[in-house]
Order: sequence, then structure tokens, then C-alpha cells
Amino acid sequence: MARLIRPGPLHLPFEWLVALRFLREGRMQTFLILAGVTGGVAVVIFLTQLINQLQGTIIDKVLGSQAHVVIKPLDDLTRRALPADAPVAATVQPRAQRLRPLDQWEAVARLAEATPNVVAVSPVASGPAFAIRGGANKSVALIGMIPEQYRRVVKMDDYMTQGRFDVSGTNALIGVDLAKDLGVGLGDKLRVLAADGRDETLTVTGLFDMGSRDINRRWVFITLKLAQTLLDLPGSVSNIDLTVTDIFVADQVAARLGNQTGLTVESWMLTNSGLLTALTNQSVSNNLIRTFVILIVALGISSVLVVSVVQKQKEIGILRAMGTSRQRILTVFLLQGGIVGAIGSVAGTALAFGLLHLFSHIYKAPDGSQLFSAQLDPMLALAACGLATAVGVAAAALPARRASRLDPVQAIRV
Amino acid sequence: MTPDTTATADAGAPILELRGIRKSYGIGTPVETEVLHGIDLTLGEHEFVALTGPSGSGKSTLLNLIGLLETPTQGALRIAGDETTVLDDAALTRLRGRAIGFVFQFHHLLPAFSALENVMMPAIIHQGIATDEATARAEELLAAVGLAGAGHKKPGELSGGMQQRVAIARALSTHPRLLLADEPTGNLDTKTADDIFELMRHFNREQGSACLIVTHDPRLAARCDRVIELVDGRLTA
Ligand SMILES: Nc1ncnc2c1ncn2[C@@H]1O[C@H](COP(=O)(O)OP(=O)(O)O)[C@@H](O)[C@H]1O
Ligand SMILES: [Mg+2]
Repeated sequence: MARLIRPGPLHLPFEWLVALRFLREGRMQTFLILAGVTGGVAVVIFLTQLINQLQGTIIDKVLGSQAHVVIKPLDDLTRRALPADAPVAATVQPRAQRLRPLDQWEAVARLAEATPNVVAVSPVASGPAFAIRGGANKSVALIGMIPEQYRRVVKMDDYMTQGRFDVSGTNALIGVDLAKDLGVGLGDKLRVLAADGRDETLTVTGLFDMGSRDINRRWVFITLKLAQTLLDLPGSVSNIDLTVTDIFVADQVAARLGNQTGLTVESWMLTNSGLLTALTNQSVSNNLIRTFVILIVALGISSVLVVSVVQKQKEIGILRAMGTSRQRILTVFLLQGGIVGAIGSVAGTALAFGLLHLFSHIYKAPDGSQLFSAQLDPMLALAACGLATAVGVAAAALPARRASRLDPVQAIRV
Repeated sequence: MTPDTTATADAGAPILELRGIRKSYGIGTPVETEVLHGIDLTLGEHEFVALTGPSGSGKSTLLNLIGLLETPTQGALRIAGDETTVLDDAALTRLRGRAIGFVFQFHHLLPAFSALENVMMPAIIHQGIATDEATARAEELLAAVGLAGAGHKKPGELSGGMQQRVAIARALSTHPRLLLADEPTGNLDTKTADDIFELMRHFNREQGSACLIVTHDPRLAARCDRVIELVDGRLTA
């Protein structure tokens, strides 16, 4: 006898077979909850990706030219303990033009290097000077640093328009705007004049554009050694810049180092508290929206499945009468929630990707560059799918419990 | 005189034994009513018994108790010698799936599944997954009830008589030792009713399943090994 044995859906485990069949049978309802999950997941992914990217762009812009954490000497006024009977005039006696050095900076730098979450440490000696070329005379800031260490704090290599980010001897790197103002180019000489008449003739070996006119006009990178000489900071530095693993732990690192050294340690979060507040508010509202979307989707799944349980009362009773345990009826309905969550989230991910693509073409920065890319973080997509599946199962819990507690006799009695 | 006798012992060891079964509904409420007032009944293996009685006398209630879908308020109920009133829901469900087949008045097929899948369902429930063996058995059963070519059809595409045949095939798919049928021919025409009855009689002979069939039809009752009558919750001769 020729057997009609087909592979396919029949060879699924009982719970899967029934769950899938119930979903297929409830066409309109299944379609509705699938649409709900798809929309919800798309909104969550789209919003998260958008905000992450925009925040990333803003943070990159802000932190691109600035260290996450800066160690500085204490403010003179707060440090100088005056005898109570000292004449008042002494307190206002200024140490004119004298830079406050960070003494024993090597020890502080070593301590910073050993601090958890710190990935880069760069000592900097900086101070004011004049740049002179012919008749032109510009006020600049000398930044003395060690390129190998500084480039790990500020991504200078990305900003160089000419030359490499490297200095030695009396070489200097200047901003594109200062170069224009003074009319100098690569290989040209430039005289700098610091306090007390200390001066040096520098050779321009590179130009940078850090995206800020002010910086491009004022900053002049030279070697740490040369800056120490010009700024009268023998053997010491004016501050130590740090990079941390996660920018949002910067304040913790700063607080820890502040306590350990007794120095002034500032994080970018303190110096940009306005931006930080804006970012935090944005994240809070994003989380709020996400939470509501997830809740609404969960409620949608739940209510549709509750209706489905009522409609399937008879089938559930028949299955129970044929020897299906309460536990398995429970599983059948939990599975329906999970399946809808999983399928809907895959569709939602695709939809979010499409939306990102569309929006990245529609909305552009004023200069025509893309505000954000259509890229989808695979971890985010994976997390969203996992979450949607879990939410589907959780949302099915109540209807599933109801189904499992149905009295088979009530369903079967006509 | 009670219709329960030990004279059925010659039909084999009892597959079913009821002692002093009582069933009340709405316990603890003002509408508390006792539907069954102490039922004693023994059903021998391979026996084919008709259960008759006026509407509302408690036939379906009794069948649901025997089918382990409900639990008695009082009394002892043994299936193949095992006391069932001490079992929890999970154990009752397992025993039901293993030992008992149901045929209801309104067939109660699963509309989302094909006839073949409906017939396979008890086996799928029992084994957790469809096996080739179960498929083959289901196809044999469908052929035996005269529906060899209709396996792929959904219940909605079949006539009432055909649906009831599928229901019988389904009830037999796990070789149950006890087949319970609650007015299986109640809403069928005489000719179809005869066919369905003959089908059950056939499986009773071929496979040895004991059958307890609720019927109002005296013609069919007369063709059973034994007739018991339920009146107002009590068995009479
Ligand atoms: N769940 C229930 N709650 C209360 N009364 C019930 C319930 N099920 C059945 N009954 C009552 O029990 C009696 C017997 O019903 P049933 O067993 O269906 O009789 P039959 O099948 O012989 O017509 C009827 O009076 C019916 O109203
Ligand atoms: Mg009845």
C-alpha cells in the first residue's frame, strides 16, 4: 500500500504544530498582532539607532578636541592658606603671568595610568604667547605635548590637512586659520614670543583643522620640552589629559583621581554640563517612548490572545479530552506569543532599516553630508528581536494561563 | 435491583468499576444539586453496552466522570483496576489519553486540522510528535471508516456522517481499552446512524475496545450486549 506520508508541519512537536495552526487559522487577529509587533519593533530600533547616532555625532564633535578628564593644579586662591593676621594686601598680591605648574606630574601620570577605565594619559604644557610673522602679530596658545600620547587623547591624525601629527625640535603644527592669517605654509618660519621675552623661531611642518575657528586660530602644537622652556615650566606640565573607556564614567574617574591627588580633576561632563543634561533628557524621553511602545505592543498581543482563547475554548477542551495536559496548553499559547514576537521583530527590524535608509536620504546636515547613516547595529537588532520575543511570551502569559485552566467539560458540553 | 451484576465477569476482567458514585453541581451554593445519586456499574473488557435514559437524567455527566473529564463528589471509580479518584489532574490527563477514546454527539473535530491530522492527534499528543507509524495507523483507520481519500479535507468540507466517522477513527487511534460515545448518532439520519453504529460494533469486535454508548434509539440499544438505563440519576434495570 502506497503510504501518503508527507514531511512538513506534521512533523513538528505537538505544541509547535498546534500553536502555528492556531495562528494560521486566526488570520486577521494574527495579522493584527504581527503588524503591531512589527511597528513597535521598527519604532524602537529606528528611534534608538537615530538617537544613538545623533548623540554619537554630537559627542564626537564635542570630545573630538577635548580630553575626557583633565588633571590641573589646584586654584591658587583655594590652596594658599593665609595666616589669619596677614595683611589684606598680601592676598591680592598677584603672581603676574606666572603659570601654575603641576609638580611631580610623572607620579600623577603613573597614578592615572593605573586607574581603572583610563586608556590614555597625556601630559600637556600650555600657555599664552604671540606668533609673529613680518608685521602680523597674533595671540596664540602654545600646546606642548608628546605626540604619541596626545593623539590617543585627541584624534589629531584625523584633523591634519597637511603634514603628519608629529613634532620634534623646533617644529610646530598650526591651525589652518592661523596659517591663513599669517600667510604661512608648510616649511615656513614663525617666531613665537612668550612671557618675559622668551622666544623661539619655529618651522611649520603641518596644518590642522579641528572644526573650530577659535582653535584653528590659536593652537600651536610644539614639543613638550620646548613648551616647558618657553613657558618657564622647567620639568613640569600645566595639566594632564586622560581618555577613558566609557565617556560616561569620566566623572567617576575624575572624582577618584581628585580624591587621591588632591588636585583639580575635571571631567568633560562637568565642563559640558549643559550638553550632558540635553543628552540625558533625550535618553530619558527615548526610554519613555520605548517603554510605552513595548507596553502597548504587549497589551495588544495580550488582548488578541485573550480573545483567541475564548474563541478556541472548544478546541482546547477537545485537546484536553484527548489527553493534553494543562502545561502543554499553556505552552501552546506562550509559543503563539513568542512566535508572533519573533516574526514581528524580524519584520520590524527590516522596516526600521528601510526607514533609516529613507531618512538618511531625506534629512541631511546643512553642508549636505549625512546626519546619520543607514547602518543598523546588529547587536541592537538582535537585542530588539530577543526583547520582542520575550515580550511576546510574557504578554501571552495571562491568556495562556486562562487557556490552561479552562474546564474541558464546559467546552465540550453543547 | 441494580443493573450492575457480577455476571459480566465472563466477558473478561472489568475495565471499568464504579462504586457509589455521586456527583453534585454548585456545591456550597444555594443551587447545589445532586445529579447522580450513587451509581454502581461494572463494565467488562470487550463489552458493548448501551446507556439509555431520558434527557437530563445525567447520562453525559456519568460519561464525563468515566472519561475522567470530571471528578465525582463521592464514590470509587476504577479503570483497569486503578483507583482514579486519588489522582491529580496531570495523572488523570495521562490516563485519559492512554486508555480512553471519546466520540461526542457533535463530533468535536478540530477545524484547523485535516481529517488525517485529527485522527492522528491523540497519537501526536501521546508521543509528542507525529511519527510515520501514527500516520500509517491514521490512514488505515480512515480507510476502515470508509474515508480513504478524504484525509486531506478539513472537517468543514465533510458531511455530518463523515465527520462522525472521522471522530470514531480519532477515538480509536491510540487503541483505547475503553471507548465512550455520547449520542454519537444523535443528529444523523437513520441510515447514517446505522452505519456509524455498525462501525463501532466492528471495532469492538476487531480491536476489543469496550464500548459505552449513550443512545436514545431502542433499535440500536437492542443490538448491544447489554442495556442500562439511567433515570433521575439512578440506574434502573
Ligand atoms: N456544570 C453543571 N452545573 C450544574 N448543573 C449541571 C451541570 N452539568 C449538568 N448539569 C445538570 O445535570 C443534569 C444532568 O445533565 P446531563 O448529564 O447533561 O443529562 P443527559 O446527558 O442525560 O441529558 C441536568 O439537570 C443538567 O442541568
Ligand atoms: Mg447528554
